[in-house]
Amino acid sequence: MSYHASTYDVVVIGAGHAGCEAALAAARMGCQTLLLTLSLDTIAYMPCNPSIGGPAKGHVVRELDALGGEMGKNIDKTHIQMRMLNTGKGPAVYALRAQADKVLYQREMKKVLEEEPNLTLHQNMVEKLLIQDGVCKGVITRTGAEYHAETVVLTTGTYLRGKIIIGDLQYESGPNNQQPSVNLALHLQELGFNMVRFKTGTPPRINSRTIDTSKMEIQPGDEEPRAFSFETTEYITDQLPCWLTYTNEKTHQYIQDNLHRAPMYSGKIEGRGPRYCPSIEDKIVRFADKNRHQIFIEPEGRETLEMYVQGLSTSLPEDVQQDILRTIDGLEKAEMVRTGYAIEYDAIVPTQLWPSLETKLVPGLFTAGQINGTSGYEEAAAQGIMAGINAARKVQGKEPVILDRSEAYIGVLIDDLVTKGTNEPYRLLTSRAEYRLLLRHDNADLRLTDKGYDIGLIKEERYGRFVAKRDAIEKEIARLRKTKLTPNAEVQAQLAVLGTSEINNVMELANLIKRPELSYQDIMKLSPPPEKLSEEVMEQVEIQLKYEGYIQKSLQQVEKMKRMEEKRIPHWVDYTKVSGLSSESREKLQQVQPVSLGQASRISGVNPADISILMIYIEQGGRTA
Amino acid sequence: MENDTIAAIATAMGESSIAIIRVSGTDAVTLVDHIYQGKNKLSTVATHTVHYGHIIDPTTKEKIDEVLVTVMLAPRTFTRENVVEISCHGGLVAVEQTLGLLMSTGIRLAEPGEFTKRAFLNGRIDLSQAEAVIDLIRAKTDKAAKIAIRQSEGKLSHHIRALRSEIVETLAHLAVNVDYPEYDADVLTSQYVVDRCMSIKKDIDKLLRTAKQGKILREGIATAIIGRPNVGKSSLMNALTQENKAIVTDIPGTTRDVIEEYVNVRGIPLKLLDTAGIRETEDVVEQIGVKRSEEALQNADLVLLVLNHSEALQKEDMRLIEKSKAYPTIFVINKTDLPRQIDYEEIKKYIGDRPMISLSVKAEQGLTQLEETIKTMFFSGQVDMNDQTYVSNARHIRLLEQAKASIMEVMNGIELGVPLDMAEIDMKNAWQLLGEVIGEAVAEDLIDQIFSQFCLGK
Repeated sequence: MSYHASTYDVVVIGAGHAGCEAALAAARMGCQTLLLTLSLDTIAYMPCNPSIGGPAKGHVVRELDALGGEMGKNIDKTHIQMRMLNTGKGPAVYALRAQADKVLYQREMKKVLEEEPNLTLHQNMVEKLLIQDGVCKGVITRTGAEYHAETVVLTTGTYLRGKIIIGDLQYESGPNNQQPSVNLALHLQELGFNMVRFKTGTPPRINSRTIDTSKMEIQPGDEEPRAFSFETTEYITDQLPCWLTYTNEKTHQYIQDNLHRAPMYSGKIEGRGPRYCPSIEDKIVRFADKNRHQIFIEPEGRETLEMYVQGLSTSLPEDVQQDILRTIDGLEKAEMVRTGYAIEYDAIVPTQLWPSLETKLVPGLFTAGQINGTSGYEEAAAQGIMAGINAARKVQGKEPVILDRSEAYIGVLIDDLVTKGTNEPYRLLTSRAEYRLLLRHDNADLRLTDKGYDIGLIKEERYGRFVAKRDAIEKEIARLRKTKLTPNAEVQAQLAVLGTSEINNVMELANLIKRPELSYQDIMKLSPPPEKLSEEVMEQVEIQLKYEGYIQKSLQQVEKMKRMEEKRIPHWVDYTKVSGLSSESREKLQQVQPVSLGQASRISGVNPADISILMIYIEQGGRTA
Repeated sequence: MENDTIAAIATAMGESSIAIIRVSGTDAVTLVDHIYQGKNKLSTVATHTVHYGHIIDPTTKEKIDEVLVTVMLAPRTFTRENVVEISCHGGLVAVEQTLGLLMSTGIRLAEPGEFTKRAFLNGRIDLSQAEAVIDLIRAKTDKAAKIAIRQSEGKLSHHIRALRSEIVETLAHLAVNVDYPEYDADVLTSQYVVDRCMSIKKDIDKLLRTAKQGKILREGIATAIIGRPNVGKSSLMNALTQENKAIVTDIPGTTRDVIEEYVNVRGIPLKLLDTAGIRETEDVVEQIGVKRSEEALQNADLVLLVLNHSEALQKEDMRLIEKSKAYPTIFVINKTDLPRQIDYEEIKKYIGDRPMISLSVKAEQGLTQLEETIKTMFFSGQVDMNDQTYVSNARHIRLLEQAKASIMEVMNGIELGVPLDMAEIDMKNAWQLLGEVIGEAVAEDLIDQIFSQFCLGK
């Protein structure tokens, strides 16, 4: 028996990293929003590594923040250490990473959700969607409550028909022994969704009282204060270190000897696992010539002695896991407090989504996070905010917001998913972005704050501060372009002090800064700005001028892409009626239903001739229509 | 992509001894001006006028060809864009060079059927013709694809693949350094990348040199010399290649492979297919020779069927004459230095008015007429050599040059102290350009490479 419980604008299912962002975005955009979760105690839970950020992922957190997301603010409040990675490289690949206090992270996020005015939190399991005339109109819970809504966002993580595997042991379960969601998975299949089975895994956890850090290398946080969010003003100074140790020949031998007990090799795992996150047994087999692998020991929080053993993801039997741990330097007496496991789960084939993350099959239904075949908290959160924004905009009768590949890593992520699909859990990498130099983490606010403001997720006060920063950058760049140095004795002497060669002709400061040995600080000495500039402004001035040539090159490529992107494919296009398309591309085009010729051209198997033919077809239809 | 300027050879390598290169796009006139020298700059002349001048290589100042250039400004043109047509005289090599120069100014090679596509999209062509435009694109693409497949099996592809895999390994290494900063892979040093670049640049240079000499990329009219054994096929081939490289040693028939020889007959490149039959020893049954000839026919654009002046027509001759009907054929009656036994009336009966040349290779008589006939057939359009081949040569050279420029950019960048991950952008570019040469791209390869080369994970 079911009963009508209540009516909302937007219902979000799942309160993981995708669900939290989706619900907050919708609520903050003025939609009455319900967030349903299997357990209020696992809100924003991190079932795997206790960290947020890193290359590409950290960029995403900054982008989320510029759009008005919560992940950046939340980790700024709850980390145990932060590090800027890749500082020896170019600014495009600097990447901030935080180690999280998992429990604190959850608690903070839960409070933010609870305090949000338009948001209702409720613990319940959704078993079915309410479908009317093929359109999603709400959800039905296990307890029979019917919640009606204009749009529904599904963020089920690894819960759909989740199955945990440890050696010979297999049982139905969500992550970390949470209850799995079986009926909803079957319901999605009944609705006609094409599903895939993916696999991921997590390493064992150990008690820090039982490890010997004197045998390991210390990995401290940065001394310089760091933050993901534009809004963060208070910095955590008391940081905890991580530790680095290595596997050795003994470890490898032991794993080799027990390979026959690994479900990966006995065929018990059907799901497709990610290549970037192989289990330790997989690493030993595939990279047999490597005689050691890194193991990072990372605290799970401040109020616990539990440590995460990064690098030791495994589904080997429990006894083998314990023994493996003890072959490692510093872990000889380690007590395992949680057993590592592999988990299989259902995901939907993401080419069934529009770039707005609405499903093509069921209008009104949006999906985000691991259900779309991704992996990673940041990837999930990124989809979550976009699905939340677009679910809310649909309620409000507005066009969806779609970020393109030159605007954001989030754009790259979603475009890859809905255009190419994925045959393994998808992780963002900097090498997936063709305009990496434009998608820096330092300029995420410049790229996206306008969008966040227009959407309604960035408040006036912050927007004002942002505009002031942007103006200051532009003003200073203009000044450096105007200010010229004349090659006289005084100037040459100053240049000599800065350790750079003399100038032969009159030179603009904007050009001088391009010399590799010079920084903005040096330029400032030659010609100080009229008012004191903030660190962030100086950083932008330096990067934008120093790498201007490369940035220009990227911008030209973007221009080319944009032209194809702007060519929309009208709804009346019927691929079965376009003569001359190759059968492979006809099939792919029908499946993906690209919104633009640009997107069409990125589908594998669709070649330039097919695009030309499509253009002719569209033009022909346009003239007859 | 839409308003950029494109170029292609507009004539089907025939019709007359003039080849026309058509350029279309907003900047067509100003870009052609970069390589044109005449009384006036083309950008100053009136629309729909013809101008005499020269095509000049802007870097070497070398005169490439004497040309007539027609300037037609939008909208009264085939594509409704600015159009420049260059009529070249100087043979196919000059056409190819001119096309290459155009590309160096930033003009892009037209995709198959693209002029017609633009004409259609700009409203120049009637709606009822849309299907025809689609068919044209499809047909031209399929033809180009065939050529691409043929080339992908060739030597060039082999070299390019090797180069690309060298680049992609470096790219993957750089990517790992960026995406997994804590992973204990060796961090690539600038010096290492520069060394790699030097070696890649050297390889590209080598390819460019051979490409320009045409040794790898060279294609031509596939010409099969067929005939019974002992009619003088080998002598004819030697006469055409003007050296004894092709065959004629004391030990005949050491290989059964079809050997290709390239010759330039009055500016027309011929790819002579050495039908293994030529090398048959005297005691091999004649049947085999005929069979080999038939096989060679299948790949031929042009057939030279050799008959023996000093013998009567035989059954095997008849069979080959019959077979040759499907191909543009020149009948060569060889050995006119010996007493005539062959019946010309009888031959006429079979071949009608298809060209026939009597000559003696041995006495060096009549070869000039043969060459003249080949030229006439080619330029009258009877022999259709795929003009895509020329185009792809020019295209390959251009892509190789761009790839080389990108590699040099990597080195320049590093020298200027640009971070490696930025210089890598140019390296990726080079990798993609080389991919375009052989029709292979894109990003997913790199991701695959990263995960197969490095052991990453949490």
